[in-house]
Amino acid sequence: MSDIVEKTLTALPGLFLQNQAGGGPAAAKAPFSSRLGGLVRSITALTSKHEEEKLIQQELSSLKATVSAPTTTLKMMKECMVRLMYCEMLGYDASFGYIHAIKLAQQGNLLEKRVGYLAVSLFLHESHELLLLLVNTVVKDLQSTNLIEVCMALTIVSQIFPREMIPAVLPLIEDKLQHSKEIIRRKAVLALYKFHLIAPNQVQHIHVKFRKALCDRDVGVMAASLHIYFRMIKENSSGYKDLTGSFVTILKQVVGGKLPVDFNYHSVPAPWLQIQLLRILGLLGKDDQRTSELMYDVLDESLRRAELNHNVTYAILFECVHTVYSIYPKSELLEKAAKCIGKFVLSPKINLKYLGLKALTYVIQQDPTLALQHQMTIIECLDHPDPIIKRETLELLYRITNTQNVTVIVQKMLDYLHQSKEEYIIVNLVGKIAELAEKYAPDNAWFIQTMNAVFSVGGDVIHPDIPNNFLRLLAEGFDDEAEDQQLRLYAVQSYLTLLDVENVFYPQRFLQVMSWVLGEYSYLLDKEMTEEVITKLYRLLMSDSISSETKAWLIAAVTKLTPQAHSSNIVEKLIQEFTVSLDTCMRQHAFELKHLHENMELMKSLLPVDKSCEDMMVDASLSFLDGFVAEGLSQGAAPYKPHHQRQEEKLSQEKGLNFEPYGLSFSSSGFTGRQSPAGISLGSDVSGNSADTGLKETSSLKLEGIKKLWGKEGYLPKKENKTGDETEAPVPQETTIMENVDQAVTKKDQSQVLTQTKEEKEKQLLASSLFVGLGSESSVNLITEQPECCLSITEAENTKIFQYSVQMEKPFMQGNLCGFVNYQTVDTLSAQLEFSVNLSLLDFIRPLKISTEDFGKLWLTFANDVKQNVKMSDSQAALPSTLETLEQKLRLHVVDIIGNEGLLACQLLPSTPCLVHCRVYADILALWFRSSCSTLPDYLLYQCQKVIEGS
Amino acid sequence: MQFMLLFSRQGKLRLQKWYVPLSDKEKKKITRELVQTVLARKPKMCSFLEWRDLKIVYKRYASLYFCCAIEDQDNELITLEIIHRYVELLDKYFGSVCELDIIFNFEKAYFILDEFLLGGEVQETSKKNVLKAIEQADLLQEKTENMYHSKSFIGCKRAY
Repeated sequence: MSDIVEKTLTALPGLFLQNQAGGGPAAAKAPFSSRLGGLVRSITALTSKHEEEKLIQQELSSLKATVSAPTTTLKMMKECMVRLMYCEMLGYDASFGYIHAIKLAQQGNLLEKRVGYLAVSLFLHESHELLLLLVNTVVKDLQSTNLIEVCMALTIVSQIFPREMIPAVLPLIEDKLQHSKEIIRRKAVLALYKFHLIAPNQVQHIHVKFRKALCDRDVGVMAASLHIYFRMIKENSSGYKDLTGSFVTILKQVVGGKLPVDFNYHSVPAPWLQIQLLRILGLLGKDDQRTSELMYDVLDESLRRAELNHNVTYAILFECVHTVYSIYPKSELLEKAAKCIGKFVLSPKINLKYLGLKALTYVIQQDPTLALQHQMTIIECLDHPDPIIKRETLELLYRITNTQNVTVIVQKMLDYLHQSKEEYIIVNLVGKIAELAEKYAPDNAWFIQTMNAVFSVGGDVIHPDIPNNFLRLLAEGFDDEAEDQQLRLYAVQSYLTLLDVENVFYPQRFLQVMSWVLGEYSYLLDKEMTEEVITKLYRLLMSDSISSETKAWLIAAVTKLTPQAHSSNIVEKLIQEFTVSLDTCMRQHAFELKHLHENMELMKSLLPVDKSCEDMMVDASLSFLDGFVAEGLSQGAAPYKPHHQRQEEKLSQEKGLNFEPYGLSFSSSGFTGRQSPAGISLGSDVSGNSADTGLKETSSLKLEGIKKLWGKEGYLPKKENKTGDETEAPVPQETTIMENVDQAVTKKDQSQVLTQTKEEKEKQLLASSLFVGLGSESSVNLITEQPECCLSITEAENTKIFQYSVQMEKPFMQGNLCGFVNYQTVDTLSAQLEFSVNLSLLDFIRPLKISTEDFGKLWLTFANDVKQNVKMSDSQAALPSTLETLEQKLRLHVVDIIGNEGLLACQLLPSTPCLVHCRVYADILALWFRSSCSTLPDYLLYQCQKVIEGS
Repeated sequence: MQFMLLFSRQGKLRLQKWYVPLSDKEKKKITRELVQTVLARKPKMCSFLEWRDLKIVYKRYASLYFCCAIEDQDNELITLEIIHRYVELLDKYFGSVCELDIIFNFEKAYFILDEFLLGGEVQETSKKNVLKAIEQADLLQEKTENMYHSKSFIGCKRAY
């Protein structure tokens, strides 16, 4: 079937091209959708934004009606989608149509599907919840025999796919790596590339297949695999050194023109491939002489070959230069690369000049002489009308700054900064200036002035490290104490001058720096000046343009200066003013100041002059409080619990859901690897009278998916009353049925996994139940045991009672016990009566009546531990009622309720206990299960969640 | 590549493809800012822009600006060639393409883009192969739609 489709498909383009030739370009142009055309035209006719808005809103509401109308055909839907996409592009919200896009991708024929998928890729983002609804469609299309459908599915997967659903499609995509069509293989590789980007650990196990893709006979597939390799090598180059030879060989072939002409671009062989390979080589050869040596030849050839004067050759050359400078250096190559850079820098074409500067910036630290060679060009570029060129030049200069040229370069940077409005550039450049100023400042005055410029221009978007570093530098000083004092004095004087200027507003950060420096170093001024400084600070404090954070800095500065001042009029005024402030923080500061002010001696010892860098002696163990603590303990206070200990418990209960194992479970064993129930063992215990019984029971487990509703409250133990006229010898039940069941279950699991995960809430439930004990038991069969038992034959008109006990060996969610009875009726016809009983875990759960004390003891002995937070609805927010529900529905025994905590206990028959500790805070119920059985807590948790969230 | 935008000289967005997950709000903000910045640039200026921590590569073809965002270490020149190849593809497909082709058949323009770039990386560089893939999927459409609308829209393009 697929062969036929493929053949037709390959024949199609030929037909189409003929069509094209006959019909001319109009054939492609004519059939645009009439409705879209109408919409576009009416929008073009409008004159104002307001009118457009009105029109689009009208359009959207009519579309809304159309898409939700049941009579809308898929063909109409496709047309609607196009218009919706158009509206979204214009910036209007068309989210009502998202679900229909998914439907269209699901239900439409090829053409409609294509539009549906496109709409999905444009409308939704990776974590959009609706995207989960697409997974089924993708899976279906991946399995399609129609190549185009497979292509579409792979295309959408490579663009947008929910990360947690990767396992659902991964095996299918892996299969596609062996597909006979290169386009499919290529798209499959790109889909895996996408997976590698969003969830690298999910595709780790198929690295071998990447290697196969790298060796693919089709160049396109190989090129696609390079995207993956580039990423992987970027993360860990040492792991792929052995591939260097292969990459070099491929590049040699490409450069040597060995590829099919199809891959040429403007007669340059596969430029994209070349560039990707060069980038990979650059990563592999970095700091590695031996690996680098392998590539010298091919790099040399690349540099030599790329002579054609076309843009794309420059692209390759640029990459080549980059690689030559990235790997272990070889002087001959460096020389050639340097020449290439020269070509770029000197080119009259502005794009090439820019890249020349970029290349210079990259290599300049290795080879500063290159800058000298091109100094004139660089100077020219500094005054280039294009700000981008200027900016790149500044970047270059930044790298070659030293003590001699720092003033000029910083000046150029500041000039640029004054013209720039973009925040990102300002933050970036200001950081660089500050760095250079700290490193290379020629003198104090220059340093302080430059930093003043940095703070004024950088304003409040500046990186907080800059003021912090500056203050630390000022405080710690350099080696020369006299010099340091001068710097500080200069700073103080310069700030006082700045504050004298009327009507200038400084950024808050700058004012904070000023207030710290003034508070700390005003003592360097004449003694009489202190009051003046305080006055200035006070004036700032009273200004409206000051943020409350800055005010705190200001008042701290005033506090520091108060003990040094002769008169304290202003300080008193300030205290008066702020002790009644509405800002509590300010009021606090003011009161502190007030009380300290009353005790000058204490204040002086508390705020010593110029001691900001002295280490303070702090008694970290708070030993002076020992007596106090001892007294408290003796009076029965609880011992102190460290903060982290208190926090730990809280945190551990707030732990969120981890979806990771979900993925792993699939990737390791496909769909069927779902963690699933174990077995039931039937212990036969015939307690009837003697006599023959005609009852035969074949029990088999039928394992249902988890979605099924548990209706049964209780379970009737195996009591079979059978009266048969005549009985037949039991026929052994065949195993084929079991196999069927097995398969059916497997299939069901597949579809259920896919449908279930569509809803967030269900996903949680699913996760908690599906991934029970993962890791400890990696492979679990769906059906572990098929015990058969056969009862004796009962004679006619006799009554026999058989009693069987069913035990659960390992916990499971739901099982099925079935069998049949053969009997003969009066007319000696043989008949069969089948029966089956659904069993769920709850059928085997019984309350465990123990005391709180025993609970505590048991709790400590159990190692298997599961925690989960469950959100409760308002109605059951009270703990006792919640526990009562659990007691009723799950037959858990409520051991104790202590405040907002509750203890529950139950046992899985015959004797596997499970303990539950729960705690309520707000509307969250934190459940904590412990049991001697590793899987039981997970199953019970699932049940509890269902009860709590379901009611 | 992080994203690709096509917009007109008037600043109207004609096509947008995002290869990185961003909220609608961010997308709108980026689009608005970029369109403004690019339109403000003079014709003789460099085709590259530094914008936030991204590199913008743009080129104007007739009335349309093609604008790509790449990361700093990506190759700007080859990105220009990506734009160029895309224009070539559009040109070949529509037969001397103009802005109106892209407005009225924007979904086609997307299909071509998806066949050329996938997940932000160049997927297929051969012009022939890209168009082959598009035409395969197109063919049915041409057949069905031609039956109904074959002639009626010829000339509309000129009118607008």
